[in-house]
Amino acid sequence: MRLLLHQFRAEQKLFWRSRELAFFTFLLPIVFYLMLGSAYGDEEIEGVDGYQFLLAGMIGYGAAATTFAGLALLLVIRRESGVLKRIRATPLPAGTYIAAVLASIIVIFLLEAIILIGLARFAFDVPIPDSLASLAIVLLLGAGSFAALGIGLTALIRSAEGSSAVVNALYLPVAFISGAFFSESTFPELLRLIGEILPLSHLIALSRDVIAFDETVWEHLDDVAVIAAWGIAGLVVALRGFRWEPRER
Amino acid sequence: MRAVEVSGLTKAYDGVEAVRGIDFAIGSGEVFALLGPNGAGKTTTVEVLVGYRRRDGGEVTVLGTDPARADARWRARIGVVPQTGELFPNLTVFEHLELFAGYYDDPRPPREVLSLVGLDEKARAKTRTLSGGQRRRLDLGVALVGNPELIFLDEPTTGFDPGARRAAWETIRSLRSLGKTILLTTHYIEEAHRLADRVAVLRRGEIVASGTPAELIARTPATVIRYRRNGEEVVVQTEDPTRVLHDLTGRALGDGLELEGLEVHRATLEDVYLALTEEQAE
Repeated sequence: MRLLLHQFRAEQKLFWRSRELAFFTFLLPIVFYLMLGSAYGDEEIEGVDGYQFLLAGMIGYGAAATTFAGLALLLVIRRESGVLKRIRATPLPAGTYIAAVLASIIVIFLLEAIILIGLARFAFDVPIPDSLASLAIVLLLGAGSFAALGIGLTALIRSAEGSSAVVNALYLPVAFISGAFFSESTFPELLRLIGEILPLSHLIALSRDVIAFDETVWEHLDDVAVIAAWGIAGLVVALRGFRWEPRER
Repeated sequence: MRAVEVSGLTKAYDGVEAVRGIDFAIGSGEVFALLGPNGAGKTTTVEVLVGYRRRDGGEVTVLGTDPARADARWRARIGVVPQTGELFPNLTVFEHLELFAGYYDDPRPPREVLSLVGLDEKARAKTRTLSGGQRRRLDLGVALVGNPELIFLDEPTTGFDPGARRAAWETIRSLRSLGKTILLTTHYIEEAHRLADRVAVLRRGEIVASGTPAELIARTPATVIRYRRNGEEVVVQTEDPTRVLHDLTGRALGDGLELEGLEVHRATLEDVYLALTEEQAE
């Protein structure tokens, strides 16, 4: 427990000192929410108040940017620079290390979500959802599944140089076709079908149901199942493919 | 008890044998050097000994334990300075030492380590602002902060200028006087000679000679005579320098020739090393 806390504190320090990572993963969804909210938040999108539609979208986008893309980048850079290997030679147990990294990135995402919800409440007059328990479950489910996918993704990335290209090429288009920024209903059928299969559209739909319609997660177990299934798939790849040593050379 | 015991160690990557059955042992408190050219298998050997890689064959015991089955308690007793690898660019020198100290139950105080590796003045500097030599000293500090009994130094001074290398040697000597056991790899003959109690010369995954520096030197004829003939260097190694030199200079005088660049010296570890690593090269 002492070790977990020690590493958690170090992870927080490392994240906030890495300006680029903190900006692209933590701050960008908040900036987008302010921009898009001011631009078309007062319109109705798909029968939902625009501010609420975008809040759900930005929570989903934030989960993908922080716990998926951010975590994958951070781990690949550490692996390729040899830091992971060096930590492996210390008495810090591997499980404790991974737990601290995960806890740190999930806490950062939760903070981001709280800021988004606070902004919605105070800048755009969006009421706080009725079911806070459901909201918490949605956030944790999204963070957990995307973090597992993020660790799994590190197994498929071979170099630090290529990592941000690969990660961005994956999560940005997915965020678009999953309806994070605007309604996906006008997209071609094929794109919508792909979006349907991927977990982000389900996370956004679930957030929207909780935020805009005050429904609970128990009414949407199908979405929960899809997100969890992706998370488990990510976990399997992570457990089989995660490496501590640099892959280059 | 021996700190390290290795027998018949083999390791191959994709069918290429990097280490082909080597044996050596390191006593407690001893400084042992693996000396050899690049690609000789030095790093592979170290990586097996610290538990980074699984061996293909042979027996390895490090501090009484098989590194392939080592636990956290064992890792607390070793320190590793890898040949390559960075640390966190955004953490300061002191923060690194504090971070790694936190992994151990009984660390050496970070302040003390700072002085030991000579980075007092850089305590608050971010790692990305350090010079290559300073980074290498921080690598050493990070390996020492857990107060290990056994330290692995994989090419600790490669790329150093002569002044920095001498400073690093002083640090390594001070570790030795603290009673640490040290395994050092290097391709610098002088480094092995100055620091190590015993040296094993590694070539293409095999140990071609081992012993104290004095024993290794004793393996070749004691005296080396060099001169140039038609611009080409001639090296004669002999146990009988007086007679050989007499013949040589006698003939030269008789022919009215000058022995250009004539030099007579006792064999050094370098002569031994070059003989061992070149002679058998195809």
